Amino acid sequence: MSDERILLAHGSGGQLSHELVSRVFLGRFGNDTLNALGDSALLDLPNDGSRLALTTDSFVVSPLFFRGGSIGKLAICGTVNDLAVAGAKPLYLSAGFILEEGLPYEVLERVVDDMARMAAQSGVQIVTGDTKVVNHGAADGLFINTAGVGIVPLGRELSPQRLRVGDVLLINGTVGDHGIAVMLERENLGLRSELASDCAPLNGLIAEVLEACGDAVHCMRDATRGGLVATLNEWAESGACCLQVEETAIPVREDVRAACELLGLSPYYAANEGKVVIAVAPEAADAALRTIQAHELGRNAAIIGQVVEGKAGRVLLRTSLGARRLLDMIVGDQLPRIC
Amino acid sequence: MCLAIPVQIKSMNGQKAVVELSGVEREISLALTPEAKTGDYVIVHTGFSLSVLDEQEALETLALFDELEQAANEELP
Amino acid sequence: MKYIDEFRDPAAARVLLAQIQTISTRPVQFMEFCGGHTHAIFEFGLRQMLPETVRLSSGPGCPVCVTSMSDLALAFDLLEQSGVILTTFGDMMRVPGPNGSLLEARSRGADVRMVYSPLDALSLARETPDREVVFLGVGFETTAPTVAATLLQAEAEALPNFYVLSLHKLTIAAIRAILAAGEVTLDGVIGPGHVAAIIGADAWGLLPDEYGIPCAISGFEPLDMLRAIKSLVEMAEEGAPAVINTYGRVVSAEGNRHAQQAMSRVFTVGSADWRGFGTLPDSGLHIRREYAHRDARVVFALKARTFVEPKGCRCGDVLRGTATPLDCALFGRACTPASPVGPCMVSSEGACSAYYQYGAGDNDV
Repeated sequence: MSDERILLAHGSGGQLSHELVSRVFLGRFGNDTLNALGDSALLDLPNDGSRLALTTDSFVVSPLFFRGGSIGKLAICGTVNDLAVAGAKPLYLSAGFILEEGLPYEVLERVVDDMARMAAQSGVQIVTGDTKVVNHGAADGLFINTAGVGIVPLGRELSPQRLRVGDVLLINGTVGDHGIAVMLERENLGLRSELASDCAPLNGLIAEVLEACGDAVHCMRDATRGGLVATLNEWAESGACCLQVEETAIPVREDVRAACELLGLSPYYAANEGKVVIAVAPEAADAALRTIQAHELGRNAAIIGQVVEGKAGRVLLRTSLGARRLLDMIVGDQLPRIC
Repeated sequence: MCLAIPVQIKSMNGQKAVVELSGVEREISLALTPEAKTGDYVIVHTGFSLSVLDEQEALETLALFDELEQAANEELP
Repeated sequence: MKYIDEFRDPAAARVLLAQIQTISTRPVQFMEFCGGHTHAIFEFGLRQMLPETVRLSSGPGCPVCVTSMSDLALAFDLLEQSGVILTTFGDMMRVPGPNGSLLEARSRGADVRMVYSPLDALSLARETPDREVVFLGVGFETTAPTVAATLLQAEAEALPNFYVLSLHKLTIAAIRAILAAGEVTLDGVIGPGHVAAIIGADAWGLLPDEYGIPCAISGFEPLDMLRAIKSLVEMAEEGAPAVINTYGRVVSAEGNRHAQQAMSRVFTVGSADWRGFGTLPDSGLHIRREYAHRDARVVFALKARTFVEPKGCRCGDVLRGTATPLDCALFGRACTPASPVGPCMVSSEGACSAYYQYGAGDNDV
């Protein structure tokens, strides 16, 4: 294995920068647009009344590699998913890297490999990019920013404002996998498991749902930071409606549940990187569920609740015992507890 | 207070034991329950076993719940 | 059997609830001593399923909540000392101290590490021989023996750089203080199952014997808690107070002798400062002189200072059971989980946090 490392000069714009770009990035992301190495990527977009979706996200995660993913995989999936849940077909991404001086070359290459693989899998191209190198200690290995554009076809409108009483809420699988997997690796809690992040590009699955259910799909969101609860509360708030979910219906892996029991956490607040919550009109619920379950990333999909009559902005949970209680957001990340 | 969870002892090495709950493992100390054996369920708190679960007691409690349920079902018309 | 889901069976819960409904003829007020019970009661939604005659109030059993500001300040004083790594449980990280929380101190550069077990702090001491590793010990009789055993392990290994700041407290002292004050009338106490696992069910005999109050030792699953509540209703109805152990799979009459021995080898009982109660005699665990070289108070010459509790905060009243969180003018307004004034809004087992998080007192739920 090479012990080449990132030097400050890799960010200087000189010979080393050029070498970094051609060796690490062009070799993996290469396509006609990127290969031109222009200051901006020039893209052909349709002009038929469809709309352009643009999103950006920065990725800082420790550790850089974790079971089921890496910062590179997250950087592609996160942005692809943000476009997809807006109803867009993701097309092009940018990638900005902030590298810490001393970062092993090999680490960067593994991260970029993951990005290239995920870009290919989700059918997007990385068409422009940037690299900066900061002093040792000024970044935690490497940070990545990706921005993405996609096309929303004419007439497609997905938003919490479209939520109506009776709408059915679905999720494409188990909740909390990513958040708990990363916490176990990061916090030195001594817990061992086979648990892996669920990090995955969801645009394929989402396209199939939109194809099957069309305008009956009212809203979608990938339940990332803050987990399922944050997504539901954002919907209740901006859609001015009341949501109710059934505790017994929310899919949770046995080992995620076990880790949560041991650490005093709730899987409903833990981050996901491959889970989408979908609200559909009641008559389309069965078709939506069948479509999701037929997809590789939706085997454990379930109907978890509904938009109900009630005070706007509220999310309610019907507990396993049948009682109703508030499912409110929490402040900051969950911390393991002993009390 | 005091979150303590039942886990099963998978293996032992002196006072140390590896315990498991649904595929999640951790090393804990048996210093406070030296009587614990491999296969036992123990209540674990902050990395220590506090008590070996009494299976007989647990089964009796569950049997009691079953009786209650049956009695309740019989009362139904 | 995994001893978890078996005790969450909804059908059995419905039967127990129906029975409680049937036997309960007059209003009763029970206190769940333990914050873990408060948390579980809200998490499962038990409170709203109980008949109106059965009212539950939260007690002082949240170690984070009863830690006084002056004790908490000692931990922050440690951070001023060079070379010190402060280790503690996640529970303590967000509690407002004299100058922000430990989490905030960490983001300002203080070396505060969150651990799952005191043994993890011991490992850290082994791995960083050039640093002084202090474990901030909070908790009742459940946690204290685990810290005692860790300290004894450090002794056995002659590990020079491991210390404990003991803020450990005793539950029986708190319940005595509540009952002696006579501010609340209780028809029963839900006994803390994991404290009882250590000190034994018999230790709670003072409730029926000295105060005529029934006590049911309870586990933390819904069926455990419902069974305990049913026992309390029965005893209250019959006027026959006793200690009933409904958590026999974990709790014995005499408790865990090994744990008791570890505790008494390391600690001696003395007075302690409690938020809401002030200084209570024989209510805290201090490190014995024999182990003074492990006692952070001694080694780092920590000096207690007095602090005024935040204005308007009624955590003290909530902990003594004389007020519910809803009685506090700050609750949900000036005091929320995002900007907590008192510790009961921070700790996940604090009553205010549970009331807020789960929408207690909210008629629309």
